Amino acid sequence: MARTSPDHVTTAIPARAGVSLKLDHVGEILNGADIGFFEIHAENYMGDGGLPHRMLERIRERFPVSVHGVGLSIGGDGPLDGAHLARLKAVVDRADPGLVSEHLAWSTHDHTYVPDLLPLPYTEATLATVAEHVAQVQDMLGRPILIENPSTYLAFAETTMEETDFLAALAARTGCGLLLDVNNVMVACTNREADPDAYIAAFPLDRVGEIHLAGHHEDRDAAGRTLLIDTHDRAVADPVWALYEATIERAGRPIPTLVEWDSDLPDWPVLAREAARAEEILARLRPAKELRHAG
Amino acid sequence: MRDDTVSRAAFLAAVSDRSAAVPAGLVGPDGAPDALRFQVYRNTVASTLTEALAASFPAVVRLVGDAFFAAAAIDYSAREKPASPLLFRYGASFPDHIAGIASLAAYPYVPDVARLDWAWLQAYHAADAAPFGADDLAAVPHDALAGLRLSPHPAMRTVISDYPVVSIWAANRADETEAAALPDQSEDALVTRPDIEVLVHRLPPGGAALAEALASGRSLEEAAGHAASIGGFDLGESLSVLLRAGAFAKPTP
Repeated sequence: MARTSPDHVTTAIPARAGVSLKLDHVGEILNGADIGFFEIHAENYMGDGGLPHRMLERIRERFPVSVHGVGLSIGGDGPLDGAHLARLKAVVDRADPGLVSEHLAWSTHDHTYVPDLLPLPYTEATLATVAEHVAQVQDMLGRPILIENPSTYLAFAETTMEETDFLAALAARTGCGLLLDVNNVMVACTNREADPDAYIAAFPLDRVGEIHLAGHHEDRDAAGRTLLIDTHDRAVADPVWALYEATIERAGRPIPTLVEWDSDLPDWPVLAREAARAEEILARLRPAKELRHAG
Repeated sequence: MRDDTVSRAAFLAAVSDRSAAVPAGLVGPDGAPDALRFQVYRNTVASTLTEALAASFPAVVRLVGDAFFAAAAIDYSAREKPASPLLFRYGASFPDHIAGIASLAAYPYVPDVARLDWAWLQAYHAADAAPFGADDLAAVPHDALAGLRLSPHPAMRTVISDYPVVSIWAANRADETEAAALPDQSEDALVTRPDIEVLVHRLPPGGAALAEALASGRSLEEAAGHAASIGGFDLGESLSVLLRAGAFAKPTP
């Protein structure tokens, strides 16, 4: 099918705030939204054609786009699904994205897909497998990708490495970048009773190409301990905003930041306000000449 | 292998089946196994599959209600696992599953409504193609009409039903709160997407048979002969509906 060339909009993702693209919002977005970029879940655009493809073209004509895969099972212990990798390449070819990312997680085993991002133990053996998979994806796409830190609810007794060391080693070994999900840091650290600030301090921030923010649900486990659940169904929590601000200050540079909201979708102005809040924090570190919203 | 190694197969079994044991090597903040926290993964998987099916079968949700639908979806997902990360491809056999639910026996049209929801979703994600229209037919030389073979449009689907499936489906996809009067005769559905919007049409008698025969590669004459055994079939009427709906694709040069 003929595609409108998006050559009048840059491909590169600016160091601004973006939001997850939802088809419900496209009308209002095209009516004049001022958003740095839009992120799509790759799998939602893996049909053969129709409305999702058309809306993506419309958005891409006006905005930079990042592609975020949720189904490649990079952390799986078997071979990657070649058919799914080919579908990801087709989406990337169509969307011409500034960034492509996937998760440090698994979701497929023995040809069964589990619709969740499941955790893996951090060992030399899993590092070798994940590195091989990341290299395979990067070879197929002909570009580096970003790998995202997971939200977790349990740890593996067999783990021998810190998650931050695992990700740093993965980046060093494959040349991949990292996607730092600050909400996932808050969720995972709270759930394992670790210090989120210490996690950020240990994170290889120089490899971070994008940050994610999202809402979570606060629950209690059987012993009455706080259990945070990564739900993406509400506004970003204040402690996550504070951790984000500290992260950006520690990094010393503005980093493209995405607000994710994937269920119980808000009206567009609510989501746009979340992006504006991230934009304000980023603007403090952006060189004056790049300021788009001075005053 | 050490005792605390968690195999992917064991994790997968535990996340998919609430009665399966939680692997002992998965621990909470105190370093002890924590089956309750593992419920978060089970809940996410179950609710994601239920939500995916609900998104794919909205008219069925409306007909049977959220709670009944969720129970049917949980039951289905316990037997039928997604084979791919494309959740809009999950649920092809859900209409057959619904047909086997004993407590729905008094509502025998629900499986056909599910088939129409599924046909709509396939059309929504189908490849784009220009339809073969009435003008294209008019350009076919008269002596070539009988042997004409048409390619089905990638979005074209039919649902043959003993019930007024189109009327029931339409009443349950619209934001209507009042029950519309339903016809008592059966309806066959044609789903097309000539451009970006998915369209659902009622087919005249024999129209579905004609469409399916043409889609399977039979010539116009052969397909018309096949459909002629159905009472009330009118070739001109059926062909006109199919062409106006965009059931066939323009040949690619």
